[in-house]
Amino acid sequence: MTVATDSDGAAAPVGVAEPILTVRDLVKQFPIRGGGKVQAVSGVSFDLHEGETLGLVGESGCGKSTTARCVLRLIEPTSGEVRFRGRDVLALGRKDLRTLRADLQIVFQDPYASLNPRMQVWSIIAEPLIVHGMPAKAAKTRAGELLELVRLRPEHAGRYPHEFSSGQRQRIGVARALALEPDVLVLDEPVSALDVSIQAGVLNLLEELRHRLHLSYLFIAHDLSVVRHISDRVAVMYLGKVVEIGTRDDIYNRPAMPYTQALLSAVPVPDPSIERKRKRIVLSGDLPSPADPPSGCRFRTRCWKAQDICATEEPALIDRGQGHPSACHFAEELQVVP
Amino acid sequence: MTAVLDISDLQVTFPTVEGPVSAVRGVDLTLDPGRVLGVVGESGSGKTVTMLATLGLLPASAEVTGSVKYKGRELLGVAPSELRKVRGSGIAMIFQDPRTSLNPVHTIGHQIVEGIRIHHPEVGRKDALKRAIDLLRLVGIPQADRRANDYPHQFSGGMCQRAMIAMAVANDPDVLVADEPTTALDVTIQAQILDLLRDIRKEKGVAIVLISHDLGVIAGVADEVAVMYAGRVVERGTVDDVYEQARHPYTRGLLASVPRLTDDNRGPLVSIGGGAPSLLHLPGGCAFHPRCSHERPNCRVDDPRLRRVGPVDAACHYAEEMGPVKADS
Repeated sequence: MTVATDSDGAAAPVGVAEPILTVRDLVKQFPIRGGGKVQAVSGVSFDLHEGETLGLVGESGCGKSTTARCVLRLIEPTSGEVRFRGRDVLALGRKDLRTLRADLQIVFQDPYASLNPRMQVWSIIAEPLIVHGMPAKAAKTRAGELLELVRLRPEHAGRYPHEFSSGQRQRIGVARALALEPDVLVLDEPVSALDVSIQAGVLNLLEELRHRLHLSYLFIAHDLSVVRHISDRVAVMYLGKVVEIGTRDDIYNRPAMPYTQALLSAVPVPDPSIERKRKRIVLSGDLPSPADPPSGCRFRTRCWKAQDICATEEPALIDRGQGHPSACHFAEELQVVP
Repeated sequence: MTAVLDISDLQVTFPTVEGPVSAVRGVDLTLDPGRVLGVVGESGSGKTVTMLATLGLLPASAEVTGSVKYKGRELLGVAPSELRKVRGSGIAMIFQDPRTSLNPVHTIGHQIVEGIRIHHPEVGRKDALKRAIDLLRLVGIPQADRRANDYPHQFSGGMCQRAMIAMAVANDPDVLVADEPTTALDVTIQAQILDLLRDIRKEKGVAIVLISHDLGVIAGVADEVAVMYAGRVVERGTVDDVYEQARHPYTRGLLASVPRLTDDNRGPLVSIGGGAPSLLHLPGGCAFHPRCSHERPNCRVDDPRLRRVGPVDAACHYAEEMGPVKADS
């Protein structure tokens, strides 16, 4: 078998389908008034394969949402490369960008803020269709079908967003994103604003739609339990960088990067007997400012393994003997999920 | 052992343009000294309103009936000046968003000093500040003597919540009410704050009411748990009994519907159909019946009350028929 090497150095056998979405060295900096820059995303690379769900996890301010928005060019990245089915997304002009957006859609976190309260539900869902040239009447019919697809009643198409519950609104957001029959959905914390009993229904729907419509998901979330449930592969971000990436088993059963380990060990489990026995890695201190990230490894200021080398040399995101890439000079497998 | 907090048949009704809304419909809760009571429920279940009513913090338009006893003393209907003596020194509260609970124009130290001197005017400013710094040290603020002079915006979210906890325990209360204290925080910071609550409880012997929507948070901190739905406690017991032998279909549904960090399964999650009912138009009988998979005709008319079933108290007509929880998930 011949082996090709991609820009990350990770070997991929020839013959395996090209990833549907590739992101390389993505950088986004925001200028700060009075000088300086917030380094929101600092060289993020990952692939999304056809039909898979890639979970992108991390705490607030780690750059996961900025990454998603850069991929869709909802904000313009400072540098880097994004390719969708081989096409250079960052080089697209306005017209081509519109065609791209038909294939690459986003669902937002807050189903209250992301639906126009003055529009009837059918016109919210039909708007992308009309923008892309479908006659209003056909678009209205299609909106009814889309409502059915997300398990809402098509006869409610004339209602306004406030007449729906939070879970139903999130379904409307999903229906709108699916209107143009995209290949990839970017889901930015799609269930974080929902109550526990509602969340399960939306997660089940997303999983069912992925199978039925052959979608690929970039699933952004801070809830590691949800991400384990829904993802095939997981990328963990810290202060603008991917610090570990692998299959869900790699990340949850064999985490190698200390931050991933601390993050997993901090997630509470709804089982009192497990919680009592569990050993936790409790990190000291807070997230450093992304305007002035630590030198070398950005996690070193909170890491119990930190040595001199961590301050001087940035650890590359490479396989360090655990079978999946992690960015730590002292990467070592540790079982933290009970 | 006398309960440090004893809430019985608490009812709270708010007048609205569309008619009266019953946010709390007969809640009974007991908290023993030094224990941690977890209160779980989804948005609108009445968990926060219950505690606000307990502390007399609801707007005057709210109609509150029932009884709230703090160390045997009735709190409902007492004069505001009496209530002020209990708030802060007997029962203290911390809220979800530490940033909005702190005054942005005063230093952290000043705000803790103020809290101390309101209840102990005999303590001088200097001594109070010394005590405030000790408290900040106790809750793990590094360089507490220097950071006491900082303003809230100079603190991170986690540090603000630590400062709130310092302020809450400043007058050695018997009860600390923590309303979603970690919901606004990241998971690694949440772990720090939950650790701190466990330490404070051990060190100060304070009893805690921990309100949370997160079943994991409750599992790790609480001794007892009360599950609320539509303004009622529908199930209560020790955490172990409720998590392992819940008898109410809502509790069982909640436990089955959360994805677990420890669970490798990718199959569909068990979900509870429908949504929380409007408090304006509550369904007749059991408020949970429209979403319940065990619903039978009498559930639509007979309102079940909390009663002993096995090791727990559950408000369901068919609680006896429920098997072990694990079978549902």
